[in-house]
Amino acid sequence: MAAAEIDIKYVAHLARISLSPDEEKKLGAQLGGILGYIEKLKELDVTNVEPTAHAVPMVNVTRADEIRPSLPHDEAMRNAPRQANGLFIVPKIVE
Amino acid sequence: MLNQLTISELNAKLAKREISAREVTQSCLDQIARVDGKIHAFISHDDKDALAQAAAADKGISSGATHAQKPLLGIPIAIKDVLAVKNQPLNCGSKILGKFISPYDATVIEKLKAAGAIVFGRLNMDEFAMGSSTENSAFGVTRNPWDTTRIPGGSSGGSAAAVAADECIASLGTDTGGSIRQPAALCGCVGLKPTYGRVSRYGLVAFASSLDQIGPFTKNISDAAMLLGVLSGVDPRDSTSVPQPVPNYVAALDGKIKRLKIGLPKEYMIGGLDAEVKAAVDAAVKKFTELGAEIVEISLPHTDYAVATYYIIATAEASANLARFDGIRYGLRVDGNDPAELYGKTRGAGFGNEVKRRIILGTYVLSSGYYDAYYLRAQKVRTLIRNDFLQAFEKVDAIVTPTSPTAAFKIGEKSDDPLQMYLSDIFTISCNLAGICGISIPCGFTKSPKLPIGLQLLGRPFGEETILRLAHAYEQNTPWHKEKPPLAV
Repeated sequence: MAAAEIDIKYVAHLARISLSPDEEKKLGAQLGGILGYIEKLKELDVTNVEPTAHAVPMVNVTRADEIRPSLPHDEAMRNAPRQANGLFIVPKIVE
Repeated sequence: MLNQLTISELNAKLAKREISAREVTQSCLDQIARVDGKIHAFISHDDKDALAQAAAADKGISSGATHAQKPLLGIPIAIKDVLAVKNQPLNCGSKILGKFISPYDATVIEKLKAAGAIVFGRLNMDEFAMGSSTENSAFGVTRNPWDTTRIPGGSSGGSAAAVAADECIASLGTDTGGSIRQPAALCGCVGLKPTYGRVSRYGLVAFASSLDQIGPFTKNISDAAMLLGVLSGVDPRDSTSVPQPVPNYVAALDGKIKRLKIGLPKEYMIGGLDAEVKAAVDAAVKKFTELGAEIVEISLPHTDYAVATYYIIATAEASANLARFDGIRYGLRVDGNDPAELYGKTRGAGFGNEVKRRIILGTYVLSSGYYDAYYLRAQKVRTLIRNDFLQAFEKVDAIVTPTSPTAAFKIGEKSDDPLQMYLSDIFTISCNLAGICGISIPCGFTKSPKLPIGLQLLGRPFGEETILRLAHAYEQNTPWHKEKPPLAV
C-alpha cells in the first residue's frame, strides 16, 4: 500500500517548529517510511468498533469547589524567560 | 558496601542503628563518583541536599521514627528527569526547558518524602521520554553498566543503569510504551509499570496522557512491591487516577503460585526474537511449571498492529502535550518578530530530532483530512488490542513474554533508523495500549558478551499482586537478580 505524501513544510508550520532545509529533507524521508509502515492498520476491518481514548475510562471526575493553596505569583513566574512587573514579556501581537 | 543492598536489607540495619542514613547516602554518592563517568546515568545530583535529607532521616530515627510509620526512612531514591522535585532542575533530557527549576513536588515525590526517602538526582532519559535507548538526550548518552559500548535501553535508561550499577537503592521512571520494562530488562534490574490510573501523574511532564505511568526500578521484587504500595492511590490532582483500594503488595509475596495460570501468547514468538533470549524465556516458562503454575497457550491476534497503533496515538497526544513548550512562560526562548516566529524558532532550536519527528507525525495524523484515516482508526484498533488482553485474562491470571526481542544493542546501531528502533518495543507497547500492568525481571544472560535478559509478566488491570507474586516465586528460585555488572563492584 502506498504511503500518503507528507507536506513536511506545511505540517512543521502547523506544529510551529522551524526546520532547516536539511532537516526537512531527512525528516520528510523518515516520516514517509513510518507512514508506510502505519498503513498496515488499513488491513483491519474496524466497522462497528468503538474507539478507545483511555484504557481505564473515568467520567465526570470532580472535586469540591474550594479555595486551596496555590503557587505564589513570583513562584509561578520564576522560570519565565522574560518578565517585567509580574507579567510575561512577549513580542507585539497587534499593530 | 551499603549501596549494593536492597531496601529491606537496609531498613533492617537502619532500624537496629547498625548504620546511618548518612552512610547509606554517602556510599551511593561515592559509587556515583566512582562509576558515573563511565555510564552517565545522572544528568546532575545535588549531594549537599541529599546529605541534608539523610541527616534529617538520622535525626528522625534517633528520635524514635520507625519503618512501620515511614517505610523508606533513610533510603536514597533517584528520580528520572521528567518528574518535578521542588527546587531541583527539571529538563526532561531536553534543551527546551533551559534552566527550569521545579516550583513544586510531583505527587509521587511528596509520597516518597512522606515515607522518609532521600529523594535525589536527575536521571538521564530520552528527550521527553521519546526513545528506546537513551541516545536522544540533550545531556549525552547513558551507557549500559554491563557493556559501556551498548545502550541501557530507554527512555528511562538512567533510572535502570543507576540501579544496576548500585548508584542508588531504587529509582523512579516512567513507561509510555515500555520505558520502564525495556531498560530494566537490558540493565538486569526489576522494573514495574503499574496499571493505568494506579499512580498519580501530577507533576509528571506529560508525553502521551492516555499511556503514561510512573513506576519503580529496584534490585528485587520485594522492594518493587513495597515501593508500589508507597506510590499508589487516588489523587484529587490527577483526574485519571483511579479510586481503587491499595492492597498490601508485600503481603502478596507468599510463594503461592500453584495452579495459577500463565498465558504464553503464540504471536510473541516472532522472527526477530534472538535465540538466546528465546532460550532464556523458554527456561523461565519451564521453571514456572516446576513451581506449580500452569502454562496455557493463548492468542493475542492483533499484536502485529500494536506498534503502528502506538506510534499514531502516542505521537498525536505528544503533539498536543508539547504545545506548551512555546518559549513564552518558561525555559528556552529564541526571539522572533512576532509570536509565531518566536514559537517556531524556539521549538526548532530547543527540541531534538526524535521529538521533532514525533510532534510532526502527531500533528499530521490529527490534521484535517487525515484524522479519521489515522487517529480514529488507531483508537479503534486500540479497542481490538485491549479486547485481546481482556479475553485472554478470562482464561489466565498472567501473561509471560520476553521483555525485549534482543539484549542491549550497540550505541548508534539503530539511531539513524527510527522505524527499527520503534519495532524493538514490540513486546512492551500493547500493555500501555490495553492499560494493564507489567513487570520485567531478570531471567538470564547472553553468553558473549554477558548481557542481561528480561522476562515480562503482564497482569489484569489492577492485578499487580498476581504478577508480583509470580515474579517473587521465580526470583526466589533463580540466581539472576544477584548478579552485578563487573564495573559496579
